Amino acid sequence: MADYKYTPADFKSDQMVKWCPGCGDHAILNAVQRAMPEVADALDIPHNKFTFVSGIGCSSRFIYYMKTFGFHTIHGRANAVATGIKVANPDLSVWVCSGDGDSLAIGGNHFIHAIRRNVDLNMILFNNEIYGLTKGQYSPTTKLGKITKTSPYGTIEKPFTPGELVIGAKGTFFARTIDAEVMLTKDCLVAAAKHKGMSVVEALVNCVIFNDKTHAAFAGDKATRAENTITLRHGEKMLFGKDNQKGLVFEDMRLKVVTIGEDGYTEEDVLTHDAHCQDTTLHSMLAAMKWPEYPVAVGVIREVEDENVYDQKVQEQVEAVKASSKISCMDELLRSGETWEI
Amino acid sequence: MENLNAKEVKEIVIRFSGDSGDGMQLTGTLFSNTSALEGNGISTFPDYPAEIRAPQGTVAGVSGFQVHIGAGKITNPGDFCDALVAMNPAALKANRKWLKKDATVIIDGDTITEDNLKKAGFATLDPIAELGLEGYNVVIPDITTMTKAALADMGLDNKSVVKCKNMFALGICFYIFNQPEDYAKRYIDSKFAKKNPTVAEANKLAIDAGYNYAANTHQFANTYRIASAPIEKGTYRSINGNVATAWGLIAASEKANLPLFCGSYPITPATVILEELAKHKNLGVKTVQAEDEIAGICTSIGAAYAGNFAVTTTSGPGLSLKSEAMGLAVMAELPLVIVDVQRGGPSTGLPTKTEQSDLMQALYGRNGECPVVVVAASSPSDCFHYAFMASKIAMEHMVPVILLTDGFIANGSEPWRIPSMADYPTICPPIVDSVAEGEEFKPYARGENLARGWAFPGKAGLQHRIGGLEKDHLRGTISYEPANHQEMTRTRAAKVARVADELPTPEIMGALDADLLVIGWGGTKGHLEAAVKDLQEEGKSIAHLHFNYLNPLPHNVEELLKGHKHILVCELNEGQFASYLRQTFQSFTFEQYNKTEGQPFTLVELKEKFYSLL
Repeated sequence: MADYKYTPADFKSDQMVKWCPGCGDHAILNAVQRAMPEVADALDIPHNKFTFVSGIGCSSRFIYYMKTFGFHTIHGRANAVATGIKVANPDLSVWVCSGDGDSLAIGGNHFIHAIRRNVDLNMILFNNEIYGLTKGQYSPTTKLGKITKTSPYGTIEKPFTPGELVIGAKGTFFARTIDAEVMLTKDCLVAAAKHKGMSVVEALVNCVIFNDKTHAAFAGDKATRAENTITLRHGEKMLFGKDNQKGLVFEDMRLKVVTIGEDGYTEEDVLTHDAHCQDTTLHSMLAAMKWPEYPVAVGVIREVEDENVYDQKVQEQVEAVKASSKISCMDELLRSGETWEI
Repeated sequence: MENLNAKEVKEIVIRFSGDSGDGMQLTGTLFSNTSALEGNGISTFPDYPAEIRAPQGTVAGVSGFQVHIGAGKITNPGDFCDALVAMNPAALKANRKWLKKDATVIIDGDTITEDNLKKAGFATLDPIAELGLEGYNVVIPDITTMTKAALADMGLDNKSVVKCKNMFALGICFYIFNQPEDYAKRYIDSKFAKKNPTVAEANKLAIDAGYNYAANTHQFANTYRIASAPIEKGTYRSINGNVATAWGLIAASEKANLPLFCGSYPITPATVILEELAKHKNLGVKTVQAEDEIAGICTSIGAAYAGNFAVTTTSGPGLSLKSEAMGLAVMAELPLVIVDVQRGGPSTGLPTKTEQSDLMQALYGRNGECPVVVVAASSPSDCFHYAFMASKIAMEHMVPVILLTDGFIANGSEPWRIPSMADYPTICPPIVDSVAEGEEFKPYARGENLARGWAFPGKAGLQHRIGGLEKDHLRGTISYEPANHQEMTRTRAAKVARVADELPTPEIMGALDADLLVIGWGGTKGHLEAAVKDLQEEGKSIAHLHFNYLNPLPHNVEELLKGHKHILVCELNEGQFASYLRQTFQSFTFEQYNKTEGQPFTLVELKEKFYSLL
């Protein structure tokens, strides 16, 4: 194991952080800067191998605040650029910062294909359910009916649930966190870094200016979160509530919220979270849970092993073909096959 | 079996034509490769529809392959043909206009049926008379019947037998043009013998059957032999433009000692470059077949940032999709080669046909002041050289370079004297490995040629941030300073302009004060050169100036433009290069000769235009 002993300060750049006061992104930055020393230590990654890539939008300014290698690209393309970086140099620890507009609208195609290929990227998907930097237009995750600048009479489009997209696109890692839960965010990020393959961490962040309190009903304060979210941990019972008095059971092909000790339910009946299960059924259901019918699931929802890690496979093919080929340089290629002398 | 009464000719043009599924591309390739092996100069031109298997027997489904064989170097595939092999009436009809007077026409007699004639759009049951071919040397062998008879004992099903009829036709051509069968047979063995030895035998037998038929019938009284002429000594191979492009890129990667990365998306007629690169993992090439054109260039930009030599390949519509990302590469000042194999446009246009109409898009098609280097290849084999030079410029100047080829040179092939990599220069990108202790790394500090340093992620002490927002001219941090943006805009332009210092001086072919100066760029070189030479041999005062470096233009162009009565810019578009020259050299008058038929120029039409100005 490495012993780099970095501190969060080693990951803070000298640039002034220009997000609005109260923006949820500040908390994510804090959590990322705390997570990086732990990741470096756990995975033996020196500081100079961390590379942050972003698209366009408030959250994509993230990379300027990290004292790492950083590439602020163009709208929607962070996942494509990051794929190129990781394939070109699989030794790098590549982090993608992108928002709900950036990755689910203009960059939706790159998002699902990076997941499908299982490129070993760590993605933080900042979901504030609005376009912030363009000043308040609805996004692909904005709640149906929401009044915004471009939907003055309410949106008429159903929103995506990012976790369902990730799992539908053959995702091998999906976690969800809430801006205010800095330690939970940090833990999700470290888990994402440890996962081999594409990891998506959805961060529910508040846009204090254009979509204030969009997650507040279940995430507003600590007490609300305790009652209205469930923190999933692999191998542990799916319990939630102030005193862990509530749980999730599986009945009639659906998830159901029960109270322990009521209607004959005991803790035995409550599901145990298996994040490593290859089958996607329960993970999809957990990711899709919406308040108020269900608690909103946070923590690592899906974390499954898959040997098909794209950047590694590319590298392996190159090595295998190199080892077996008779052609090892350009001069040999030029003279290979059908040639003739004059 | 050599025919001793063969008539010696300087050059011949043969066109093989049939349904898309008839194997005409293979037939043509086998014939042209055979001729190349015999020491002839060759130039080929496949002409095929966009549809994979358009309705059988229709003119829309006709696929053709033209080969021009001659003594010495052949610079173009010729326009009108001496011999046409037509596998059905539709092929005959589609190619009628390309026949030279008294050309030999071979058509499969079995296919001249009422049904096929109707499908091909003939009004009568006599295609020969209807097309006015009475004066031509028309031969109508029953190719299908004879192929079936020759292969009757092979135990193959009818479909497999009929598939061999293209080899029967090839055998006929081998006889008429006195070419040996052995190369074609070796090729068939290498392709089929392992997988299906019976099919391999059948194809070889069909070649023999065709050859023997031609030798025994009296209809081919005249056979031809191509005169030989001295060709530069060396080892040769046949190569098409797309493969040459791919190889030029790999060669550059080797000379820069950086792995080659290609992010790309399939698009006609550029796909073969991606296919070829995907084969060469043995040389460390990494390819990503991206989800779209945008991801193609964006993965490449990522790879360039991470320290690979990155390229992306496309055709016109794909270049449109890549334009925003090209701006990012310009802003981030990363090396990148974008290959655009031009095809007929706009929009989907003519996917399988050639054109030179992406020039303006290459020069200007991006938001903001966004200059890139633009280079054009001019023959199938020189795609190697210009792909290499485009790569060298991109890496040494930290700038995106667009390499323009076109459907004609991409698909066309010619013999190529194999170069030695020792003759190619080393490529030295401005890679930064470290910064002096206690000093801050400045990612936008520049060298003499104005290229910034290339510091890959992973290099200790060089951590820095870049992106599409305007950069501080040294630190690379975001800057909205008015004076900084002005400086950076002009610096990016000056960096591209300074590439001209390294470009070779273009040379005029002919007298410096010729009355008519013919100007071309890119893939029209072979035709323009041949047409101008023909007129020079007639004593006309005509010269040719051809461009491969389009932005920046080489330094001495203005001098070369002086002293002519006419300057005629010939291009396969409606005058894009002419406009560019007018804007750059305002004291000259540029006349235009343009064509957008999806086909290369013909020598006949070029010469007619030249005569009109002399």
